[in-house]
Parts: sequence; C-alpha cells; structure tokens
Amino acid sequence: MSERTMTGAEMVLAALADNGVDTVFGYPGGAVLPIYDAMFQQNRIRHVLVRQEGGAVHAAEGYARSTGKVGCVLVTSGPGATNAVTGLLDAQMDSIPLVCITGQVPTHLIGNDAFQEADTTGITRPCTKHNYLVKDIAKLADTLHEAFHVAKSGRPGPVLVDLPKDIQFATGTYRSPDEVSFSYRPPHEPDPAAVEKAVAMLAQAERPLFYTGGGVINAGPKASELLIELVRMTGFPCTSTLMGLGAFPASDKHFLGMLGMHGSYEANLATHGCDLLVCVGARFDDRVTGKVSAFSPGSKKIHIDIDASSINKNVRVDLPVVGDAGRVLQNMIDVWKAKQYKPKAEALAAWWRQIDGWRARNCFAYRRGDPVIKPQYALERLRAAIAGRDDVYITTEVGQHQMWAAQFLPFDKPNRWMTSGGLGTMGYGLPAAIGVQMAHPGATVIDVAGEASILMNIQEMSTAIQYRLPVKVFIMNNRWMGMVRQWQELLHGGRYSESYTEALPDFVKLAEAFGAVGLRAETTDQLDQAIADMLAVDRTVILDVAVEQTENCFPMIPGGAAHNEMLLGPEDHASTDPTAREEGMVLV
Amino acid sequence: MSDGQPIERHTFAVLVANEPGVLARVIGLFSGRGYNIESLTVAEVDRERGRSRITLVTSGTRMVIDQIKAQLERLVPIHRVRDLTEEGPFVGRELALVKVVGESGKRGDVLRIAEGFGARIVDSSESSFVFEVTESTEKVDQFLALMAGLGKLEVARTGIVALSRGAKGIEGE
Repeated sequence: MSERTMTGAEMVLAALADNGVDTVFGYPGGAVLPIYDAMFQQNRIRHVLVRQEGGAVHAAEGYARSTGKVGCVLVTSGPGATNAVTGLLDAQMDSIPLVCITGQVPTHLIGNDAFQEADTTGITRPCTKHNYLVKDIAKLADTLHEAFHVAKSGRPGPVLVDLPKDIQFATGTYRSPDEVSFSYRPPHEPDPAAVEKAVAMLAQAERPLFYTGGGVINAGPKASELLIELVRMTGFPCTSTLMGLGAFPASDKHFLGMLGMHGSYEANLATHGCDLLVCVGARFDDRVTGKVSAFSPGSKKIHIDIDASSINKNVRVDLPVVGDAGRVLQNMIDVWKAKQYKPKAEALAAWWRQIDGWRARNCFAYRRGDPVIKPQYALERLRAAIAGRDDVYITTEVGQHQMWAAQFLPFDKPNRWMTSGGLGTMGYGLPAAIGVQMAHPGATVIDVAGEASILMNIQEMSTAIQYRLPVKVFIMNNRWMGMVRQWQELLHGGRYSESYTEALPDFVKLAEAFGAVGLRAETTDQLDQAIADMLAVDRTVILDVAVEQTENCFPMIPGGAAHNEMLLGPEDHASTDPTAREEGMVLV
Repeated sequence: MSDGQPIERHTFAVLVANEPGVLARVIGLFSGRGYNIESLTVAEVDRERGRSRITLVTSGTRMVIDQIKAQLERLVPIHRVRDLTEEGPFVGRELALVKVVGESGKRGDVLRIAEGFGARIVDSSESSFVFEVTESTEKVDQFLALMAGLGKLEVARTGIVALSRGAKGIEGE
C-alpha cells in the first residue's frame, strides 16, 4: 500500500517526510509554486522562510551540523539557485549533509533562456557531492530518496535536485525509500589488517599524537565517545582541527587545543615533534599543515578517513585506513584490548613532560586592556558566563573573532560548534544559528560575530524575529575587517587597503528596527552585565561589544612557514625573514 | 606536489552510468583540480545496464595519478575505475582518418607507406587520399610523420580505447 498516485509536488513533501525531514529552509518563487502549494496543504513539515536563499543553505547547515541529520533547502530557479551556490560549496568543503531542491523552468523551456532560467545542475556540479535534473515524473520519487542516501552516505555532502515546474504538476506513482535499492555504496568497514597494523604502530610510538577532525563528528556522537576511550586508554595527547572541536572534550587533560595557523603552541609543536601522527577524520588542510615540506617531519603518519581521495592528497602518509571513523576507532579499541598492548610508559611520560613545557608558555596570553575591551577578554567573560552549561551552541562568522572563539571557548561535546571551516564564508553564523535554534528550541544559541561578517547576512535577523528565535548575536566590533587588517599589517607593510569600515550602522538601533533587543558594551566594566542581559533575554538579541581595534590574533603560523616558526605575539613579527615573507604573501 | 617526482603517463578505463552530465563531471574534475587530459573517448558499451566506458590518458606524478583514481572513484555515477597502466598489460588502439593532398608524382610513395601501416583507403580523388589507420598512438604518430613529407595533411583522431590483456575484465571477474 506504499505505492500511491500523486503529483510531483506532493511527492516532494512525501519524500522529505519519509526521509525524516521535519524542517525545510527556503524561499518561494515562480518555479516552485506547486511545491509551496502542496506545503500549504500539509502539516508534517515546517517551512522556515529566510530572507535570502544563501541564508537558507547556511541555516540548513546549522541544523544538520547540530543534529547529525540531513539539512533541507527549497528554493526557486535562476537567482534562487545561484544565491544558494555559496552555501552549497560551504557544505561541500565541510562535509555537511544537505538536500537542496531547486525549481526549474518547465522542461520544454530548458535551454531557451527562459525567465529565471539557470543551468543549475551545470553551475552546481563542482559545488555539490552530486546533483540531478529530474525530467521524468516516473523517476522523481527514487531520485529524491537517492539524494538523501548520497547526502548522508560515506563522506557526507550537499546533493541538489533540480525540478522543472511541469514535473511538479505531473502525476505519477510514489514509492517509499525502503522499496528503492541504491547503487552508491561507499566503503564503510575498514580493512582489519590495516587496523591491526595501526594499533601495533600505536603501541610502538614514543611521541604519539592524535589529530582529529570533523570526520569524527560526522561519524556520530558514538564516534566521539570511542575517541575519548581510545585516547584515555593509550594516554596519548590529542589535538583537533577547527572542524573537529568538541569531538574530544576541551576540558580533558589529554587535549592540547586546536592545531594549525592559529592553533595552540603546544598542539603545533607536538605536531612538529611527534614520532606518530594519527589523523582521524581530518584532511591535512593547508590551514593545518602550513609549509607541507616541513610538516611533522619526523613522524610516521596514519590517516583514517572515509574518503580515500583525502588520503595522500596533500601529505604522504605511511598507513591509510579507509572507513567510518566510528567503525575504525571501535576496531582499534578492540585490537588494543585483545592484544593487551600497553603504551611505552617511560617514553610517553617524557613526551608529556615536553608537552607540559610548551603548555607552560601559555600561548593565548594577551595584554589586558582597561577600560578598552580586548576581544580575548570578551570571549573569556562569555566563557565564564556559559561555563558548565550543556545546552549552549556556538556559531561563528569568519575572521579573527572566529579564531579567537576557537581558542577561547571550550567544547566538551560534539555538534555544539558550527563554523565555516573550508570555504571560510563570512555571513555563515547568523543563518546557521537560526538553523541550530530551530532544531534545539530551548537551547542557548550564540553567533560569535564580527561587525563586517554580520552585515553579509544581516537580513536574517528578520527570519529570527518571525519564528521568535532567541538567537544571540555577540558582535566583537573593532570597526575593521580584522583578519584582512592583520595580514595587511604583517605582510603588506601596514597599507590598510579598504579594510576599515567608514559607515557602520548603530547595531543597537539596527536590532531594534528588526524588532530585536539591542545591547552595547564599550568598556570592561560594562561587559559582564551586558553578557548577563544578553543571556537572560528570551528574544533575538544583538550585543555590540566595542573591542580593541588593532588587536591581532596569535599564535599565528604565517603563510608558507612551518609549525616551529610560529609567531606568538606582536613582539615576534619583526623577526620574520623577509624572503619567507614574500613566499608567504602569495599564499592565502 | 611535483617536487622531484617523475611524470608518468597512465591509461584509465572507467565504467560509468550512461546518464546526462556524467562526462561533464569527469571533465570538470580534471579541469577543476588541474589534472591533464591527453586523450578521452567515450561511448555506450552496455545498453541493457546503461553503461558507458570512458578511456582516459593522463599524466602526472605518482601522487597525482593515485589522486586521480581516488577522485574518479568518488563520483556517484562511476561504477569502476581501472588504472590499466598500473594493473598490467593492456592493448590500446586509436583510429585516425588522414587526408593526404599532394602532387601526383608522390602517389606511389604514399601508397607504399600506407600499405606498410595496414592503412585502408576510404576515399580517393585525383589529388588526394583519405586513409583509415587503426594502431597504437605511437604508430599513428609515425604514420603521420612519414606522410607529412609527402603532402598536406588533415587529420582526425579518436584518441585511445583500451582493454586489459588476458581473461580478466573491468568488473574484476
């Protein structure tokens, strides 16, 4: 009885519901009117009306990242689809499972330069995991089910289904997902021999390090628990990429903080000095490795990844293990126990002594300001205000504030930290926060923002108001595009080309104009009260924190440098070798 | 990533779903990631199962070649990727149509060379021939080099199609 006759538009809603979707982020238009009409006549799926299609995709990313489910987007043809492109690529780079349904002009008009026509599958081919143009109602149901299957299987990613308007009106037979078999079957179970070899390498290591990434979070909360078990069992130190924060608890003594360009001194020196680097669900991205030829030069490397194409892409590794991070970690724990392996206690103790020496350097220290608020201080006070709470979700925009948030806010659980890592999309944080809040109505959701980034999708304030979402926008306002300014200072002779915003809005009045609460803190003595007010108010709120304008984000590995050439603070950069500086300048 | 590593040329056989956009995905992968395509052929080979076969010749360092294989395998409508160069002996052939236009005094030389390469005459006029030659790329190149001395050439080539030697097929059976 699962086969039913219905229109294409009705099939879309049936398929979404059958694939577990309860919330769709979207924006209507001519080419999706039949779907919106079907939406109107049902109540299984909520629709969140954003204010620009780009916001819909980031909201779906926030929803997906904070729940582990597939995020869902519905937009119209032409500009609806092209506005979604940035978000799709963002999800592709950060492996976020999404299904995006786009309207298309009727099949007989495709290729005619019709009104609001775009070659959507052509445009989005390189920024989706896969995409479909459905030109036959008989294939619609199976295609929609396959889209969800592809989005969440293997390495997750965004999948787009382009749906001409005549197919939405056409009538056909619907069947449910359990009646469809899929040919796409990426590997999941690791090779047992590779796992055994990996565990033997752990037991042999004298200066080991776990380097974990977003893949652990994508493998589900169980994978994070297994990671904790394996790390504690071996007693090895653990560092994380930006995308992996929360997979391993920041409060655990084995955690060294984030590695990479703005990572901790101890994490980067441990990466440089280790003799075994165990990469779990990360991809040796250039923000992590710095100069590839000098990256972790003395180590054997194990790379655990579900995507075989991530292995040996940037860095040559000694042992690849292809499989789901959770499965691999489970098997590693089993082998470690079965073979009764023990870590090399003496060597490991010496390694920890070395790491503790690096830790003692206290690399995130900064000069306190008064009454001027240092951005790091603002985050320390925010951290204190949310300490011990399990229901706090943080999103960010992109730039200095994002790196400071990664350095100063501790995450003890997965799915609590939503940030645009690979693509680095300014404007991500506010719509992502909306998606998170839709998924977790009672939680505290804070978008840590800069004043430049927030303006890129500020229109989504209106969405937050419409759905009464008490999202908190915490703006660290230094009046500069801070990271651009920092690079101009360090690499371009202090020529601050176009990085200062001359005409910022009054964010308090802006919040009020949208119908939200606006708060401001300009001096250190106002900060704690302002944060308390922000957290207490049960409405959408912007807190505009005026921070030190010229503060730079340290530590920093300059472009083209190695991990042991890290700049620790403002006093360091005079010593940068000018030839290395030129080499670094061409990198981004 | 080419630091010091030698450049290798590899021939890939790729079995794909015969669906719209699949060739664009493969070509987009190569252009987007900066890989070379030296030759690419594609045609349907199994109508019943809707499969097309792409033969692709590319070059790069070892790391790039491995990466190309892994990236191809990741595409959803790709069923099988074989690095024929890596996996053992294979036969590769391409077909060229070669128009030779020249003086009548050289027709004898032209025909003698054609015979030596097993080229078939598929068209002729008072001042021209069109030959069909099916050979390895190197042989076709030699044929063209010899003919170039005897007249003005116009050439159409298919690029390589290839199969592994022996009983083993692309599906591994």
